[in-house]
Amino acid sequence: MFTNFFLELRQAKVPVSVKEYLALLEAMNAGLAEYSIDDFYYLSRSIMVKDERNIDKFDKVFGQVFKGMETPAGEGTAEIPEEWLRKLAEKLLTEEEKKQIEALGGWEKLMETLKKRLEEQQKRHQGGSKWIGTAGTSPFGAHGFNPEGVRIGQDKNREGRAVKVWDKREYKNLDDNIELGTRNIKIALRRLRKFTREGAEVELDLPDTIRRTAANAGYLDIKMVPERRNKIKVLVLFDIGGSMDAHIRVCEELFSAARTEFKHLEFFYFHNCLYEKLWKDNRRRHTDTTSTQQALNTFPSDYKVVFVGDGSMSPYEIVYPGGSVEHWNEEAGQVWIQRMLDTYRHAIWLNPVPERHWQYTPSIQLLKQLMSDRMYPLTLDGLDRGMRELNR
Amino acid sequence: MKFTGTENYVASDDLRIAVNAAIALQRPLLIKGEPGTGKTVLAHEVAKALGKPLTEWHIKSTTKAQQGLYEYDAVSRLRDSQLGDGRVKDISNYIKRGKLWDAFTSEEHPLLLIDEIDKADIEFPNDLLQELDRMEFFVYETQQTIKAKQRPIVMITSNNEKELPDAFLRRCFFHYIRFPDRETMAQIIAVHFPDIQRNLVREAMTVFYDIRDVPGLKKKPSTSELLDWLKLLMVEDIPPEALRSKDSAKLIPPLHGALLKNEQDVHLFERLAFMARREKT
Repeated sequence: MFTNFFLELRQAKVPVSVKEYLALLEAMNAGLAEYSIDDFYYLSRSIMVKDERNIDKFDKVFGQVFKGMETPAGEGTAEIPEEWLRKLAEKLLTEEEKKQIEALGGWEKLMETLKKRLEEQQKRHQGGSKWIGTAGTSPFGAHGFNPEGVRIGQDKNREGRAVKVWDKREYKNLDDNIELGTRNIKIALRRLRKFTREGAEVELDLPDTIRRTAANAGYLDIKMVPERRNKIKVLVLFDIGGSMDAHIRVCEELFSAARTEFKHLEFFYFHNCLYEKLWKDNRRRHTDTTSTQQALNTFPSDYKVVFVGDGSMSPYEIVYPGGSVEHWNEEAGQVWIQRMLDTYRHAIWLNPVPERHWQYTPSIQLLKQLMSDRMYPLTLDGLDRGMRELNR
Repeated sequence: MKFTGTENYVASDDLRIAVNAAIALQRPLLIKGEPGTGKTVLAHEVAKALGKPLTEWHIKSTTKAQQGLYEYDAVSRLRDSQLGDGRVKDISNYIKRGKLWDAFTSEEHPLLLIDEIDKADIEFPNDLLQELDRMEFFVYETQQTIKAKQRPIVMITSNNEKELPDAFLRRCFFHYIRFPDRETMAQIIAVHFPDIQRNLVREAMTVFYDIRDVPGLKKKPSTSELLDWLKLLMVEDIPPEALRSKDSAKLIPPLHGALLKNEQDVHLFERLAFMARREKT
């Protein structure tokens, strides 16, 4: 019955399975939607979508598939033909006021401007002289003083009427390709958690105690185990300065989230590409440095390495010795990156540049190749994929 | 048996349809949304509206799925055995019923609320799949099967701290409680404080939505905070004009502690207010 809808949803990468589809048919069979497209929308949304990140995709598909099937105009929602309004206005307005309307360009102009304003305006508005709202002097809105005033249902809750709910796409910013908040990053980073028992034995191991006690003919034999701890070790290398300035905010968020999430977190900064030196304090970058070789020797190979950088630079900076913009480097950046990758099996590159722009920057392509495709955009979705990769 | 909102709870169309669909098709309903938008309250109100007994199971990070079914109190039994207590012979004396067991064996058709399921371990929802699907489980110690007399209405809330497994999601209906717009918010306030002055509400809501729009707030105030704040405003008898005094030195709304719960947020807000004042003079 809704096979097309179902297939379109799958095509749009909304994770729906036959189980949900059958549930929808069952619901329709039970008469839950009562032949109203709005009800059907809400019903199918709650059955098919299981994550608010997918609601936007769902809305888009729904709008496409069921285009032109909106609710027939019921009471109070009918669209009034323009002529009626004009007739009404002619009846109610004084000669003087009509002249004022003419002065503003007449009815057609007025309605057109109204339409345009509605498009521009996003929020409810009060006062002021331009936007549509209440108690202002703009021609549009209710309780206004302009003789041209056009009243727009201020007594009713307009939700889901003037614009179809799914066309409003209010869940747009919950789509996981868009923005990151610290909290979201934390959740994504949690994928990396791996609890293991290590260290001193401080907790009572109840099941084992019972088993041993039973084996001991009922005399207590207490067994202890170490506490569970998150054992993941992470080494984060941030690109800093230059073209990265535009991405500082999102990197800060990533950093602050990562700090609280991992017990073993080491971080270093580099500029543009990885060379023989790293530093921890950006103000003392020229005096207080750690050599990359030392870092390679210090951290064991079970560390997981995350590079964060936009990778936007001249390809020379990666490929040739002496290519760095800041100093003379004896060995090319790619040599150092390769050393890192040889030591640490789990490594990814997070790139704040949107994924669709990558193909236009040769240096990003180079780095991506170097990382054997383990480059992910710095979005929630990218972070998620990256963490999965690190966890493999 | 249809839920249409109650005198204490304003339910939007989509929420009503989701709740009714879940009840009619006997599937668990998973509810997500910003903190303070009334996820837990919803279960209470549905139970009240439909006249069902409510069983609440609050999940903590240490909660195990097994605890919802039953627990075998082996330590008590061990102690009793060493003291020579007669009850030791019967193992069922040491089986403690969990919330699911309670809900399954309830005489009336019950509503089971599993609150904040995302707090538990990642495997927790998977461990409940069979139990929620078939509404029965097996007690190994006493060799008996507990089967639900009537399939309880199950509501599950989540704060999105962990992702839930696909297999679990597939069995649920889902609803995301969106933050209410101004009109809905006005209805919600009318439900909670019927005798509040209209203009106080209007001014307060303007302030409230302004604060929500301040960029960079760590925790945006939500419905429950607005309601608390209004209660305070009413108790303190603050006139609506006080909220509107945008030009005076009092740029920070009175009793803002109810809205902003984070020290950094208060600082940020004070700084913005200070800047706004400097622009004016």
